[in-house]
Amino acid sequence: MKVRVTITPKQGILDPQGVTVERALPALGFQGVTDVRIGKHIELRYDPPGGVSAEQARTDVDDMCRRLLANPIIEDYTFELDEG
Amino acid sequence: MSSASPQPVRFGVVVFPGSNCDADAHHAISTFPGATVDYLWHKDTDLKGVQAVVLPGGFSYGDYLRCGAIARFSPIMQAVKDFAADGGLVMGICNGFQTLTEAGLLPGALIRNTGLKFVCRYVNLRVENAETPFTRACDEGDVLRIVVKHNEGNYTVDPETLAAMKANGQVVLRYCDADGVPGDAANPNGAVEHIAGICNETRNVFGMMPHPENSVEAALAGGADGRRLFQSIIDTLTVAEVAS
Repeated sequence: MKVRVTITPKQGILDPQGVTVERALPALGFQGVTDVRIGKHIELRYDPPGGVSAEQARTDVDDMCRRLLANPIIEDYTFELDEG
Repeated sequence: MSSASPQPVRFGVVVFPGSNCDADAHHAISTFPGATVDYLWHKDTDLKGVQAVVLPGGFSYGDYLRCGAIARFSPIMQAVKDFAADGGLVMGICNGFQTLTEAGLLPGALIRNTGLKFVCRYVNLRVENAETPFTRACDEGDVLRIVVKHNEGNYTVDPETLAAMKANGQVVLRYCDADGVPGDAANPNGAVEHIAGICNETRNVFGMMPHPENSVEAALAGGADGRRLFQSIIDTLTVAEVAS
């Protein structure tokens, strides 16, 4: 199955890139831009041999996020699974 | 009364793919008569009997994903974790510090510098705790002048953990001015409370963003303030050996 992981800096953690982009957008004439957070988007396929239930896949992907893809000390993550 | 001079302290410098301060660290340690130093390859699974481990600066695994995120899965890191759990002295410099936080051996994390720029300059560091195996050759309040060179040196940690760290003397070095006063102007990366170096609860694992290995020879630019950190390790382990 297809997995899409979105990683963003945790609330309360300073995001220097987000702050800088937030300051730059008004310079282009876009007013009212706030809360810019810059993170990562990771796509992968997860097809373990023998198949995997959606529930197990969610558990496994959560484990991948917690242990490697994100650093839970500084980052939040969400993910979506797509059968097929 | 007299005894044979103590055996030199055996250091190991870990080499990850992408380390680039490993040779500097090796050279720095080799300038101490009281020490010997060997490289430890990231694929090694034992520490070859060394008494202190240095994780050097650089860009291990290209800094892919996050700085230090992949290095912590190297075979050598399991040996480093076991060594640290047994009380062995582990020092992480720059990327080595990042790797120690990713490995969970030190609290917190290092994020992008607030200025979004790679910072390469001398900084002053105030010794906040001289009662660690890495700073015992200093006095509290001493100011060390050492170089930083990093893009992700902005130390961050949740407030509860930070409070516990301060109560336990785990904040070891802070960025400060030449008079030893920490402050924003002296802080090159936005690190919380100007933190430049920390240790774990048991004080045997230490990480710092500045590079003491680049300040070991008084005749060269940069002075020799970095010597005092390596000397501290040597003193700690020499005393331990004499005592045992």
